[in-house]
Amino acid sequence: MKILVGVKRVVDYNVRVQVKPDGSGVALDGVKMSVNPFDEIAVEEALRLREAGKATEVVVVSIGPVAAQEQLRTALAMGADRAILVESAEACQSLTVARVFAKLVEKEQAGLVILGKQAIDDDAGQTPQMLAALLGCAQASYASKVEINGNSMRVTQEVDAGLQTIDVDLPAVISADLRLNEPRYVKLPDIMKAKKKPMDTLSLADLGVEPAAALKVVKTEAPAARGGGRKVASAEELVKELKNKGLL
Amino acid sequence: MSKVLIIGEQTGGVLGQAVGRVVACAKELKASEVVVALFGAGDLASAADAAAALDGVTRVVTVDNPANDHPLAALVAPQVVALAQQGGYSHILGSNSSFGKDTLPRVAALLGVPQVTDIMLVLGERSFKRPTYAGNAIVTVEVAGDGVVCGTVRSASYPAVGNGDKAPVEAVSLDVALPSHTRYISQETSKSDRPDLQSAPKVVSGGRGVGSAENFKVIFSFADKIGAAVGASRAAVDAGFVPNEMQVGQTGKIIAPGLYVAVGISGAIQHLAGIKDAGTIVAINKDEEAPIFEVADLGLVGDLFQLLPELEKLV
Repeated sequence: MKILVGVKRVVDYNVRVQVKPDGSGVALDGVKMSVNPFDEIAVEEALRLREAGKATEVVVVSIGPVAAQEQLRTALAMGADRAILVESAEACQSLTVARVFAKLVEKEQAGLVILGKQAIDDDAGQTPQMLAALLGCAQASYASKVEINGNSMRVTQEVDAGLQTIDVDLPAVISADLRLNEPRYVKLPDIMKAKKKPMDTLSLADLGVEPAAALKVVKTEAPAARGGGRKVASAEELVKELKNKGLL
Repeated sequence: MSKVLIIGEQTGGVLGQAVGRVVACAKELKASEVVVALFGAGDLASAADAAAALDGVTRVVTVDNPANDHPLAALVAPQVVALAQQGGYSHILGSNSSFGKDTLPRVAALLGVPQVTDIMLVLGERSFKRPTYAGNAIVTVEVAGDGVVCGTVRSASYPAVGNGDKAPVEAVSLDVALPSHTRYISQETSKSDRPDLQSAPKVVSGGRGVGSAENFKVIFSFADKIGAAVGASRAAVDAGFVPNEMQVGQTGKIIAPGLYVAVGISGAIQHLAGIKDAGTIVAINKDEEAPIFEVADLGLVGDLFQLLPELEKLV
C-alpha cells in the first residue's frame, strides 16, 4: 500500500508573527519557515506504518511555492521515499488543496492519506475532511493511535469528551493530532541521502485541477491587546483583589 | 434574508452547551429563519425542547436514526446536505467543537463550497472575522461565489442566547444512503463532577510546573474550593499528568471564563490562543520572567505548592 502525506511550508511555530501595519497580511520576510508540526507527525506515522510492513511506499506532497522543496527535503530526510511538489505561486486554500490530493490519490493509487489536523498558519483544519468527502471515503480526524488490520483501520480520535475509537475501511484519510507520535530527529547522513531522492514538480493544470471558490482575505489585523496587568505581593493580596472584582 | 441551518449537538438527550452560542452568531446574520437540526437515536425529545426554547430559534428538526446513535462526521454530513437542499438554506453553521470541526468541512466539500473556521464576528452575510496564527492575526474574509456559506462558530466569542418563545419541533426522516465505511466502536470519557471546562465561569489550569499526575491534586483541590473547572497546558497533557480533553490552547479547547487561573504554565503562544477572551487572567509561577505574566491581569510569583494551599485557606 502506498501512503500519501501532506507537508505544508508554514512559519515556524516558535515565531511570534507580526501583522503588517497596512493590514495586508503578516510579515514573512526573513522569517524562519518549517514543516507544519502536525504534518511532521503525519510523516512520522506513515514511516512507522512502512517500517511495520503495513505500507510499501511513502510519498510526501506539498502544494505551494518552489521554496516548499525545502520542507519536502526535510520529509525525505526523515525517510519518505519520494516527493511531489504541486507548484502554485498563489496560496491555495483547503478545498483546492483537497482537489489536488484527490487527483493524486487517483494517479498514485494510494491506499491511505495522512495529513496534519490543521496548519498553524491559517488554522483552518479543513483539508483532511474535505478530501475524504471528495473521495467518498472514511475520515479519522484528530488521531492519537492508528492500527491497520487488513483492509480496515482502528483509530483513536482525540475529541472534546475524551477519546473516541472508530473503525474505518481503507482507503481513508487520517488527520494527525499531537499525541499520535513523536517525530524522529533527522541525522546529517539522511539529509545527504535525501538530496538524491526523486522529487517531481507538477502544476494544478497538469492535474486538471481548477482552483475552488475561496475565502477572500480583505484585511489582516492584530488582535485586541489585553491591558497590561500587575504583580501582587502575596496570596492575601491576590484573594483581596479577586474578591473586590467579585470573582471569588 | 439569511436562512440558517445549525448542526446542533446533543448527548443522551442533553443539548450541547455550544448550541446557544451558535444561535447567538446566527442572530448577527439577521436571519429570517434559524433552524436547529439534532441527530440522534431515540432520545431526542428533551434536547429538542431545550433547543426550541432558545431565543431566536424558529424551528427544530430532529433526525432519529439508529445510525446517529453516536453521531460521526462521515454519516451526519450527507444528512446535513440533504436537509440543506430541501430547506434552501443560505448558511450552515456548527460549533467549533471536535464534532463541528470534523463535520462542517465534509459538508462544505460535498456542496463544493469553502468553509469559514472559527467565526468570531459577523460583518455581513458573507463577511466574517476569524483568527489565524494562533489568534495573533485576525483576518476579515469574504466568502466568494454565491454558494451556501458554511462555518464553525468560535464558542468563546459568543455568550449563549437565553430562552425565548418556544419554536415548533418537527421530526424528519431523510432518504439518504449512509456509508458503511465508518463504524463507531467506543468512547472513553473521564468521569468528573466538576464544571464543564468549555462553559465554566471559572477555570484553574496546571502546566509543566505542576510536575506530575500526583501533584495535580493541588490544582483539583483549589479548583474544587472555588467551584472551578480544571484545564491544563499541552505540556501537562503530553507529559501524561492529565487526559487530552483537559488541554486548553490553539489545538485544544478555546475558552472564555470570567476567571482563569494559570498555575505553573509558562505561557506559550499556543496556550495563550486558548484564553485570550478570559475576563481576568491570574498567573501563578515561580519564574517571574514567564511570558504568562505579560497577559495576566494579576500575577503572583512563587512556589505553587506553597501558594495554592495558602490561597485555598484564604478563600
